[in-house]
Amino acid sequence: MEIKVLGPGCAKCTEAEKIMRAAVEEAGVAATIEKISDFQQIAKHGVFSTPAVVIDGQIKCVGKVPSKNEALDWIRK
Amino acid sequence: MQPITSIKQHNQVSTPQPGSPLPASAKVKYILIGLAGIGLWLALYRQLHRLAELLAFSVLGLKPGSHLGEAVLFFFYDTPKVLMLLVLIVFGVGILRSFFTPERTRKILAGKRESVGNVLAALLGIVTPFCSCSAVPLFIGFVTAGVPLGVTFSFLISAPMVNEIALVLLYGLLGWKVAAIYLGTGLLIAIVAGWTIGRLHMEHGIEDWVREMHINAADIPDEKLTWTDRFDHGQTAVRDIVGKVWIYVVAGIAVGAGIHGFVPEGFMAQIMGKDAWWSVPVAVVIGIPMYSNAAGIVPVVEALLGKGAALGTVLAFMMAVIALSLPEMVILRKVLKPQLIAVFIGVVGAGIMLVGYLFNFII
Repeated sequence: MEIKVLGPGCAKCTEAEKIMRAAVEEAGVAATIEKISDFQQIAKHGVFSTPAVVIDGQIKCVGKVPSKNEALDWIRK
Repeated sequence: MQPITSIKQHNQVSTPQPGSPLPASAKVKYILIGLAGIGLWLALYRQLHRLAELLAFSVLGLKPGSHLGEAVLFFFYDTPKVLMLLVLIVFGVGILRSFFTPERTRKILAGKRESVGNVLAALLGIVTPFCSCSAVPLFIGFVTAGVPLGVTFSFLISAPMVNEIALVLLYGLLGWKVAAIYLGTGLLIAIVAGWTIGRLHMEHGIEDWVREMHINAADIPDEKLTWTDRFDHGQTAVRDIVGKVWIYVVAGIAVGAGIHGFVPEGFMAQIMGKDAWWSVPVAVVIGIPMYSNAAGIVPVVEALLGKGAALGTVLAFMMAVIALSLPEMVILRKVLKPQLIAVFIGVVGAGIMLVGYLFNFII
């Protein structure tokens, strides 16, 4: 599983990354987590409100920090 | 209308599933909770002045009318008052914002004519939730989706300029007239400045890589929110925003209290009064690079006004501080060439200055 957290690096983006990491650990699945902070890269994903979470190329949420339960839902599906 | 007892019973049976529309009875429950909350809030709010007097003069034994007594009373009254207003409004705005997303706003603005677009963008700038560090992705998203440059700027100017926290504080400390003036002129500046930038045809001022970008609109899941979710939004907003700004509010009121009690009446009239014509541009030039959140600056504004500073000058200073800042310019430099940033600062700064002069002139 390939998880990308998109965000330029404000407090909320850092929190989103932290939650995704915690969720992956809790679910015990094999996944790579990448933080993307380059504006060009973010825009290429078609996302323009951050933080955003993309899993295996699919946009899961934009413009908010996901809750851990949401994150677990996405990972376990 | 169903009788209230039956609503309660109904609620115990059906807990709303996330994602499913809320049953009408639960909506009624939220309305009732909301009304009760507002009632309690009002009852407490009305007692604040009496409590502050009790605390300052009876408990601490300070003399009414003395410098220290007045400063302490000001602090004890304004701090809980402002914090209570803040909680109420931030909660309300949090719920309001759950109806808007940047994606929806972009859809509304894409392909809109200028003028109409500028007005809409300025209004949507108030209610669309986005974190300040999203300004650049948002700019790219808007421009590549065909939102005209001037309309995009109207949005980007109004979003920080018309700030719910500043609005609350101005209302609480200076009354509804000043709050309305701030809201009206803030919107006007966003509309006119955005329109002007559009007229100047500055599209070449956008960095080339942004203009050459072709983005396929991503299929972003449109969230279905229940009223429970929206209440959660309100609560999160209160936790996030009030939790972050309360310290600035208290510090700002403490400074304000000091000015209130100890600086002589009319002291600011010389430097920031109506007759000092140069004070408006100086206030704007000092305010532009400064960055402070609205919460900290409004109590100081109130205190300055109380000592004879002119409303226009003080309002211009406040707008310059919250609408334009050095950190924001550094971020925007990634997508805008220097000449467009200069035009942006120039047009918005000029608008703020005009507002300053206007109010010094008419009030």
